[in-house]
Amino acid sequence: MGLPGSSRLFMPPDVNAAREFFRSKSRRMTGKLTTAREAVARMVHDGDYLAVGGFGTNRIPTALLHEVVRQGRKRLGLSGHTATHDCQILAAGDCFDRCDVAYVVGLEARGLSRNARRIFEEGRVAVTEWSNAALAWRYRAAAMGVPFLPARVMLGTDTARRSAAREITCPFTGIRLVALPALFPDVALIHVHRADVYGNCQIDGILVSDLDVARAARRVIVSAERIIAGDEIRREPARTVIPYFCVDAVVEVPYGGYPGNTAYEYFSDEDHLRAWLKAEEDPAAFAEFVRSYIFETPDFPAYLERCGGLRRLQELRWMEHFPGRGEGLA
Amino acid sequence: MTSESRSYNAMELMICLAARYLEDGSTVVVGTGAPCAAAMLAQRTTAPNLMVLFEAGGMGPLLPSMPISVGDSRTFFKGLAAATMPEIMEACQRGMVDYTFLGGAQVDMYGNLNSTCIGDWEKPRVRMPGSGGANDLASLCWRTMMIAPQDPRRFVAKLDFMTTPGYLTGPGAREAAGLPPGTGPYKVITQLAVFGFHPGTLRMQVENMHPGVTREMVMGATGFEPGWSQEVTQSRPPEPSELEILRKEVDPLRYIIGRS
Repeated sequence: MGLPGSSRLFMPPDVNAAREFFRSKSRRMTGKLTTAREAVARMVHDGDYLAVGGFGTNRIPTALLHEVVRQGRKRLGLSGHTATHDCQILAAGDCFDRCDVAYVVGLEARGLSRNARRIFEEGRVAVTEWSNAALAWRYRAAAMGVPFLPARVMLGTDTARRSAAREITCPFTGIRLVALPALFPDVALIHVHRADVYGNCQIDGILVSDLDVARAARRVIVSAERIIAGDEIRREPARTVIPYFCVDAVVEVPYGGYPGNTAYEYFSDEDHLRAWLKAEEDPAAFAEFVRSYIFETPDFPAYLERCGGLRRLQELRWMEHFPGRGEGLA
Repeated sequence: MTSESRSYNAMELMICLAARYLEDGSTVVVGTGAPCAAAMLAQRTTAPNLMVLFEAGGMGPLLPSMPISVGDSRTFFKGLAAATMPEIMEACQRGMVDYTFLGGAQVDMYGNLNSTCIGDWEKPRVRMPGSGGANDLASLCWRTMMIAPQDPRRFVAKLDFMTTPGYLTGPGAREAAGLPPGTGPYKVITQLAVFGFHPGTLRMQVENMHPGVTREMVMGATGFEPGWSQEVTQSRPPEPSELEILRKEVDPLRYIIGRS
């Protein structure tokens, strides 16, 4: 039924190698606060395999992604686990040349990114197909430290045929299952609501797959809406969704998920997302757009200024806090 | 379709028809757009206890307005839970989710879907997003529904790529592939008709045609030979009360139902 899949397994599920790596990973609760520029310079290397937290336009680490583009990272691998605006940003920088695809190129109901499409259609990216649950469970397997998880998806389809999954028979029931190999990304970028300087993180709202992404990745860079004191973490330990020992760098970036939605903080800036899609219609215009919004913008606060600054952000806060009450300030 | 003096448009009709299929007390995973509108309408009419789930982790929101993304904060606004994607997908895999709604660029007579590419996969003419959660939901939810505009380029004899399983190649194929028994496509709702699936052949067949639609119109909009159920009836048009709720409460800004 089309299995084993014929595409490349970019990241083999070598759990013993992962254990050796995690054995050497620091457990010390030291301060990890740094800047986006420094964190990306130190921890994201050309050729690395990258995972991105959140969900496409929701709680995405935009500031970190811009930094990856600005520093000219190339030949990255990308986990396309509902990669929408994040995929669009990395495609704008021509940063990746291989991709585990569950969802890429599109921005859900907003339409398809012409530039991201171009990169895939011109064959500049090696593709292996999966589904959202398949990638979610691949992260889960890695987080658990096992080489694969069995599941009941993808079976019988071209998605499986063009994946790198295998098929197994259940030793207990005899039913057919897909075996999803553990995915250990080299580096994960995750945006959270609050973190302390050690990397203990709190997230409000849905977690998507970030519990597992943070545990599966070898290195984790966290951007946080705000840094809180360690005492705040200890006051509500049940709120800690990512413990410090998973995290290698912490960056404070207010509005760090813009132009995406960060729950209970600010809604997505649909005007700006439309501006991206519009600019992409013409490659020359888009090159200029990327130059002016990313390459010639020194840092994320400057980008926010360029997109309307505090005035616009306040409107997005209102949209988030008073949904259905129309757009903008009353 | 002739629209004479009809008091509703095609999108409103499709949403109302879809809403009526959702049983009270059941669970549904929806996306944005028409499926979300159908679920919201059902909650306000025939299925007040319908539990709405979103694949990124939102559970049971009191939706204040249409979500733009299946992971935006509307999908868990005043919700019962703000969970994880595995939480939702595993509920589906356990057998706890009754319905899902999917779409795609192409669908074939067995309800298989393509949302991956147009042209050859190795060198696609158009690269589309891929499965997203569609393959998972169609594999695992009990009943898969579609709300889709119908034309011969979308309703095709052969998919360019089978992203998401319908009944695959016909009777027994899902089970042989290892997909959970008893699952599969249920209804396909278009601007012309409602299709079900023949219990023997598992091929798509017309169950109802909308007011003013002829068999020729349906055949002209279908790239494969559509089946016809024994008794093709006329679709029941939206009730004034359904339209009122749809327009005033579900989609007051007319994002989905448009301005026609």
